[in-house]
Amino acid sequence: MSDQFLFATEVFINGLMAGVLYALVALGFVLIYKASGIFNYAQGVMALFAAMTLVGIMEGQVPFSHIINAIFGTEVHHFGWHVPALLAILLTVGVMVVFAWLVQRVVMRHLVGQEPIILFMATIGLAYFLEGFSDLMWGSEIKTLDIGLPQGGSFLIEDMTAGLGSDNFYGFFIDNLDIVATGIAVLLVMALVAFSQYTKQGRAMRAVADDHQAALSVGISLNFIWVMVWSVAGFVALVAGIVWGTKSGVQFSLSLIALKALPVLMLGGFTSIPGAIVGGLIIGVGEKLFEFAIGPMVGGATENWFAYVLALLFLVFRPQGLFGDKIIERV
Amino acid sequence: MFYREAGDFKTSYQQDNQTFPIRFDRYRYYIVLAVAFGIIPFLINDYWANAIMLPFLIYAIAAIGLNILTGYCGQVSLGTGGFMAVGAYACYKLMTAFPEVSMFVHVLLAGGITAIVGVLFGLPSLRIKGFYLAVATLAAQFFLVWLFNRVPWFYNYSASGQINAPERDVFGIIITGPNAPAWATYLFCLIFLTLCAVIARNLTRGTVGRKWMAIRDMDIAAEIIGVNPLKAKLTAFAVSSFFIGVSGALFFAIYLGAVEVGEVFGITKSFLVLFMVIIGGLGSIFGSFAGAAFLVLLPVVLKVVGADMLGWPTDIVAHLQLVIVGALIIVFLILEPHGLAQLWRVAKEKLRLWPFPH
Repeated sequence: MSDQFLFATEVFINGLMAGVLYALVALGFVLIYKASGIFNYAQGVMALFAAMTLVGIMEGQVPFSHIINAIFGTEVHHFGWHVPALLAILLTVGVMVVFAWLVQRVVMRHLVGQEPIILFMATIGLAYFLEGFSDLMWGSEIKTLDIGLPQGGSFLIEDMTAGLGSDNFYGFFIDNLDIVATGIAVLLVMALVAFSQYTKQGRAMRAVADDHQAALSVGISLNFIWVMVWSVAGFVALVAGIVWGTKSGVQFSLSLIALKALPVLMLGGFTSIPGAIVGGLIIGVGEKLFEFAIGPMVGGATENWFAYVLALLFLVFRPQGLFGDKIIERV
Repeated sequence: MFYREAGDFKTSYQQDNQTFPIRFDRYRYYIVLAVAFGIIPFLINDYWANAIMLPFLIYAIAAIGLNILTGYCGQVSLGTGGFMAVGAYACYKLMTAFPEVSMFVHVLLAGGITAIVGVLFGLPSLRIKGFYLAVATLAAQFFLVWLFNRVPWFYNYSASGQINAPERDVFGIIITGPNAPAWATYLFCLIFLTLCAVIARNLTRGTVGRKWMAIRDMDIAAEIIGVNPLKAKLTAFAVSSFFIGVSGALFFAIYLGAVEVGEVFGITKSFLVLFMVIIGGLGSIFGSFAGAAFLVLLPVVLKVVGADMLGWPTDIVAHLQLVIVGALIIVFLILEPHGLAQLWRVAKEKLRLWPFPH
């Protein structure tokens, strides 16, 4: 096999891994969109907030220490204890549930029946609020998140594949974290599918997604379902936050992965969980291969826009995405 | 008492069709124009021009542009930053290629070039609707910014990758570069804003505007009653991009003077202008002004109150600003989804009956 082909394969595999991470973020969008018709722009910031909260709890940071110090002239920063990762994750899930309840109670309940675009704007407002809020709460410096996920290249795979090419091919370089992340993503999707197929709440959630009025008339509490959906989305955001935070540090740019998830959603369709995954894989592979093959010719950094242009071109031919519900319009 | 149409008799078709049919409105409009053109230029200094007036005027143009597309034609766009960048770079290329031509021409041409680019990126709107379109316009945002970053021809092969506005004058008065007097830059932007506002106002109450609104309210129904969606949508994209291009050119040449495209015309700019339109009121020219004024003033006020008067650290103030902007948007959407313009309309209705509301 020629080296060029092997390099392309390596890029392909890494693209798949990156795609899994995109899909992880996109999942959170799909969940909320299906159940409440809200396009939740704040999903990325929720991931940032969740990761920051997790780091803050693990390190025993004092919330709002910056403001407290500024107002009272004190010098508090840390409680001085360290919380084990698992407990911290559980506590963060608790925080996300409270957040979901607050969002439902304070914001979304007052906007029921508004046009979708108004709801979308509200989530942009929510994103701004949450971004400022999490910075105020935990400070805006870059934090490292380490809950024990393996990092660095996988030597095992590198050694195994080194013999495939000629002498200047050293085997596939694949990040251990990406492999673990893929495992986590698969588990998460399976858990979500099991939850929505085999539990009472999951069935209620699907009913709400199908038809709000019908669900309401058979006695399903919309408020409860929406709080639940936002909680689940918060949990997905936490998982995405952990993976991305471990990969590149917990910092503002984490919230921008929401923007990366948008073309994934367009490609896969806003209403389809498998669509989010397939879309993520296509985008991940597509942008890595494009950067590998065409990038050097046009000055590089094509990853910034490739996904959007691909999604745009694709939508022209199939406006509802790969797996989305067919858009039927009536006068 | 004074705000009513009673007794204001129209005796010709021209009078019947004027932009401000109520006498009080008309006089208010003349007074605002007189103050803006006749008084403020004599009082303005560098701080007021750079901190408040110039951003307000320029953002108001951009907000009017986006309002035409989103508020009147119903096509949500997140590509405003990218289109502003097109205006800025077109203006830069024209300024450096034809130094002897007047800045007025350059800015208008920059708007025209942006309109062409806008139509190009507006083409998919014929197939894609709603959120899908909003996300599709992100393609314009990211692609255009990348293009201006990576292709050296656009920034004339300068080493820093920035573009810097050379010194240009209009009728012998310098209006770009650090030596430009505050009143000249202010007046230059004000002229464009006035022009844009008058054009937009008259477009939106004429045939074109009615077609846009028909498309916004329900595109299939509009098609059935004979509105050509291709023409309506593309004209909306063209006019909107023209305004946004003009504002981008002014933003670069008059206000900032030097621009690094990723920082200045990034996705945050798109959102900022979108917020102006929403807070001001979708589908209202006055709303574009109100929204722009509100979001330009808010950070200044917060900074003056928080950092200068209360002495808080600037980073806390910056974060608080995000929290407040976010909260305000949500509060606005809950209390008044139609924005500041709706508050103004309600106030006018009240004024009409005042002081005898029954």
